[in-house]
Amino acid sequence: MYNASDLRKGLKIQIDNEPYIITVFEFSKPGKGQALYRCKLKNMISGISIERTYRSVDNFHPVSLDERKMQYLYEQDNEYCFMDTENYEQVFLNHEQIGDAHNFMTDNIDVVILFFEERPIDLTLPNFVDLTVTKADPWVKGDSVSGDSKPVTLETGYTLRVPPFIEEGGKITIDTRTGEYVTRVKT
Amino acid sequence: MSHESRHNQDQYPVRLRKEQLWLRANLIQAIRAFFIDRQYLEVETPSLIAAPAPESHIDSIEAGNLYLQSSPELLMKQLVAAGYNKIFQICRCFRKNERGRLHLPEFTMLEWYHAGIDYKALMEECEDLLFTLAKALGKEQKIHYQGQTIDLERPWERISVRQAFARYSSITPEKAITEDCFDQIMVTMIEPHMGITKPTFLYDYPAPLGSLARLKPGENDLAERFELYMAGIELANGFSELVDPEEQEKRFKKDREERTRSGKINYPMPEKFLLALKDMPDTAGIALGVDRLIMILGNRGLIDDVVCFTPDELQENSRS
Repeated sequence: MYNASDLRKGLKIQIDNEPYIITVFEFSKPGKGQALYRCKLKNMISGISIERTYRSVDNFHPVSLDERKMQYLYEQDNEYCFMDTENYEQVFLNHEQIGDAHNFMTDNIDVVILFFEERPIDLTLPNFVDLTVTKADPWVKGDSVSGDSKPVTLETGYTLRVPPFIEEGGKITIDTRTGEYVTRVKT
Repeated sequence: MSHESRHNQDQYPVRLRKEQLWLRANLIQAIRAFFIDRQYLEVETPSLIAAPAPESHIDSIEAGNLYLQSSPELLMKQLVAAGYNKIFQICRCFRKNERGRLHLPEFTMLEWYHAGIDYKALMEECEDLLFTLAKALGKEQKIHYQGQTIDLERPWERISVRQAFARYSSITPEKAITEDCFDQIMVTMIEPHMGITKPTFLYDYPAPLGSLARLKPGENDLAERFELYMAGIELANGFSELVDPEEQEKRFKKDREERTRSGKINYPMPEKFLLALKDMPDTAGIALGVDRLIMILGNRGLIDDVVCFTPDELQENSRS
């Protein structure tokens, strides 16, 4: 159990059996008055934010999360399917839960799925993934107009700017945390 | 996992707090100069005390059989009662579980008592003090704090608690107390308007929130208590001191009952203080948070930025 004095930004607590993370926290206390713990909390499943003010007598259940290594299988109607390769159990995350991660997911990629009381709620990608460039303008040597980068489209539909020497059909490494180009993959 | 700041903004590392720590040192000297110039006696009362004032919402830190002072109030008043008419003290105070953008569990308090004056005269002395300090530190009369400009030109704004509730909320202070939302209204609706263009004295609190202040002669539903605000930040709390031992004992008992009701422990009753109170002349007294004053004069948003080390920075083996 946490009590009110444990509350701080980043702490995860349960409200009505749902996991929440504190995104904004402010401790207020008029000198002679009661302590007020003002929180903005984000529901870790729905992503919806709420505001709550707690007092020093309040206490909270911590959120316990399990992580399982799984493999991404396919996407259908905005549902993303993942499989535990040991017991072949399959789970689904929806588009909101996946967020920007779909930009970096190719079939059979290994990911970590986060579970709250047996319910899958989030995923973590490998920090670096290799993706194929499906669309890129050819590089014209001496072209100074386009500067030192150009836009390309990857197999996932993600677009980003890369150095001009990257060509269509080639593979590049992306940092999934920033969404930025890291290096060309030598084939 | 990404770095998580305790607050919604990041604190400066200690090596980048030089300007604030110099400001602190100079401010302390300037405070001393102000009071010595006015013939105040600087005192040092013990920080380890036997009986903290029974306050409904202030918890003391235990130290052996004693407590670290949450305020030097009771012992300083015993000095006033013993014939010391004008005294001041700059000391550390300790309050359990108080930690936030404006709170540290260990902080620096300036407290002073002036026998023979009331809270209105004390407000003026407060104006003189801060005006003099700002000047001594080479600050302009207009203080720039976090995008706001606060003019120290005297007189400052004065607004009663009743007026403030009428202007900024839709409830009376009395009703707010009955519905147990006085502090919430204060924090969310009143305080953000206090001390914005000029410092503000918020005064005449409802009697049940009188603490150790005397009731207003002729208006017994009010207590002669005030708070000083700058930029929405509570800077000081002052009283025309209550010098009636019976009334004080009654209030202490009420506070102790409230502590019991909310599951808090009670400290020994300050009997020596109550005994001394019968010899205490009419006096005005005030406590001012020095760290917060440094924040305002040094234009810093976090109390962390104006001390050498925060409690978080003292933690060994901190979890990443």
